[in-house]
Amino acid sequence: MSILVLADLHEGQLAGTTANVVAAAQAIGGDIDVLVAGEGVQAAAESAAKLDAVSKVRVADNAVYAHQLAEPMGALLVELAGDYTHVLASASTTGKNVLPRLAALKDVSQLSDVLGVESADTFLRPIYAGNAIATVKSDDALKVITIRTTGFDAVGASGSAPIEAVDTVVENTQSSFVKEELAKSDRPELGGAKVVISGGRGMGNGENFKLLDGIADKLGAAIGASRAAVDAGFVPNDMQVGQTGKIVAPDLYIAVGISGAIQHLAGMKDSKVIVAINKDDEAPIFQVADYGLVGDLFEILPELESKL
Amino acid sequence: MKVLVAVKRVIDYNVKIRVKADHSDVDLTNVKMAMNPFCEIAVEEAVRLKEKGVATEVVAVTVGPKAAQEQLRTALALGADRAIHIETDERAESLAVAKLLAKVVEEEQPGLVVLGKQAIDTDNNQTGQMLAALTGLPQGTFASEVEISGDGSDKKLNVTREIDGGLQTIALTLPAIVTTDLRLNEPRYAKLPDIMKAKKKPLDVKTPADYGIEVASKVSLLKVESPAERKGGVKVASVDELIDKLKNEAKVL
Repeated sequence: MSILVLADLHEGQLAGTTANVVAAAQAIGGDIDVLVAGEGVQAAAESAAKLDAVSKVRVADNAVYAHQLAEPMGALLVELAGDYTHVLASASTTGKNVLPRLAALKDVSQLSDVLGVESADTFLRPIYAGNAIATVKSDDALKVITIRTTGFDAVGASGSAPIEAVDTVVENTQSSFVKEELAKSDRPELGGAKVVISGGRGMGNGENFKLLDGIADKLGAAIGASRAAVDAGFVPNDMQVGQTGKIVAPDLYIAVGISGAIQHLAGMKDSKVIVAINKDDEAPIFQVADYGLVGDLFEILPELESKL
Repeated sequence: MKVLVAVKRVIDYNVKIRVKADHSDVDLTNVKMAMNPFCEIAVEEAVRLKEKGVATEVVAVTVGPKAAQEQLRTALALGADRAIHIETDERAESLAVAKLLAKVVEEEQPGLVVLGKQAIDTDNNQTGQMLAALTGLPQGTFASEVEISGDGSDKKLNVTREIDGGLQTIALTLPAIVTTDLRLNEPRYAKLPDIMKAKKKPLDVKTPADYGIEVASKVSLLKVESPAERKGGVKVASVDELIDKLKNEAKVL
């Protein structure tokens, strides 16, 4: 078995989720190579080389891979995939964008959002918004898989794998990067945070999301939101937790003013401890919450902040 | 230009699904079915492009059982001009669907293909990307805004995409493949007179064999289970009690 892991990048640096994908590769077993592709990614490659269980880091550093556009990334992976039995990436927007191209070009299926490994060809994945878990077996020669990173504990960073350059340069005349608008935040990244506090429609408006700031600061938490809060324009969409947003599984998830629609639960119900704060004691969120507090969030939040 | 839009018949998103007792699959007998919500957004975008004079014709296509014609009729009622049904009772995975759609693209030569970003049953998020790979066309996935810029040979499709850290805008040469994210638009409802008119619009029925495509895949579904139930929690009476429980019982603070 030989596995290629496509590294996750965040503003040119190695994203923490890469260590979770390597852990999934470890569960499959075999040699694990990590591919770091982008422009100016030497530092990211050095971080990847430190991850435990990695045999080798391959670096494709070229302007054509900048912003990891799907067309050149797909072509690069097709060039490299011949050496491997498995190609893995996280189920991030980049992994989801790029890996199905590789699968189609190699004429194999893709397994999306894998959250458990039974063996080298049998995997667990959620279907129907996480309301069922399917066990699937792939008889394809090449297994192309995106990993739900919250399903695997990250590997450590005490390794020292060799780094080797990949000279493959592909052409791309079909797509070009225009601009990026990234939401700025000093808080931990939503996908990897140990504590997440999310607001829903009950927050009333975007201004009121500031009520979550103090609590998030005290707990070192990331701030999330329900789709209702995003659609109402309270907060930007990258804060959305749910089937169509981010999937999180922190130690502690605090849902404030969130009713608990199926769509939202799909994104957070694997959290270790769930707290719900809602004025409607019939809200479905209380059926999954370990601790529920019925009451007015505008009174509860300031009190919670002062007492933490 | 012609716009091709792919739609899928799925279990209605409000239905709480049940796993079959023998764990072979999810129980779909007597369950309300509907058009996949992301596909509704794709149809809406195609129809809006027609209303703007960008699209000249909107063709809806689906792969699935006979009953999936209901969803094609819905697309026709929403403004599509004609429909293609590729009929199969087999479980068609993303790769097979992408191969069939690639054949339709070859035949119809659309200027743009719009799909939803994922179907809410399999949650795969693959078909659009696979179709782009198979047709050799560029892809704009998870689109929250689509805009055509330039003229003639300079004509480009600017797609704003919802990515993990925020938004990214890319420019694609046409023809191109776009998959829709939730914020691209607000789909309209079909009006009764349009539903009646849709019954008269052309709907071609084909089979995978007509295109020479095998639907069977090398991935087999071994088992479907319900996820572990969370055990019922408790309601606390005050903030003090909540903090105490989190510190001493759950030990997460």
